[in-house]
Amino acid sequence: MSVPIEYYLLLSAFMFIVGVAGVLTRRNAIVVFMSVELMLNSANLTLITFSSFMGNPVGQLFVFFVMTVAAAEAAVGLAIIIALFRNKQTVNIDEINILKW
Amino acid sequence: MIIYDLIFYLFAALTIVSAFFVVTLRNIVYSAFFLLFTFLGVTGLYVLLAADFIAIVQLVVYVGGILILLLFGVMLTNRITNVQVKSGTFQILPAVIGVGIFTGILVATMTNTKWRVLESEIPVTTVYNIGTLLLQDYVVVFELLGILLLVALIGAASMARR
Repeated sequence: MSVPIEYYLLLSAFMFIVGVAGVLTRRNAIVVFMSVELMLNSANLTLITFSSFMGNPVGQLFVFFVMTVAAAEAAVGLAIIIALFRNKQTVNIDEINILKW
Repeated sequence: MIIYDLIFYLFAALTIVSAFFVVTLRNIVYSAFFLLFTFLGVTGLYVLLAADFIAIVQLVVYVGGILILLLFGVMLTNRITNVQVKSGTFQILPAVIGVGIFTGILVATMTNTKWRVLESEIPVTTVYNIGTLLLQDYVVVFELLGILLLVALIGAASMARR
């Protein structure tokens, strides 16, 4: 491993920041969803980096768990978005306020 | 190990540039396609970090599952008749402030911490270790994840079919 660990960590940090920026600024719920996937991927990359640089396979196991939860989240989230679109005819998150009193 | 460095920089550039395009492009379909390249770049980084099993799982679950699901979501939620697959942005100023502060904290933490690194030997296959851990130490988590996937499947089906 000739690339130091900080490069991998900085790469995943920047990926996470791009994901945060997407969640904060985009209006379409599906793009927000993609940004959440970016953040999950960057957390996974951090876990794999530590696991590989410390020679401990438990980090890879946790990435496996995170991927499972991410798959469940994607399925349920898209079902919610589709149900919302059927009711409100839009997926822009600033036009959806049915949970607001 | 100049080749290793070059491959790392290639995959890192692919990952970060396409992640940037995912967030900034206004066409959602293009965003989804750049998300594909981000996932591929992360897969290459997993391979460079000697995580072979996780790399394959990333390819199968993310590219084969989640991305296709997202494309179906794009197709089902945008009216095809009036081509409105573009979407705008809002809240630029608070986002810039928040992201700037967060970037500073994260970069300072990542670069100033003295990380403990073990000198690793030749990487061996990780499937044996992961399988042993999964069915011995973490078997309860494994079973709970199975139940979680079942619940998510039933919930998604019942929500989407009204």
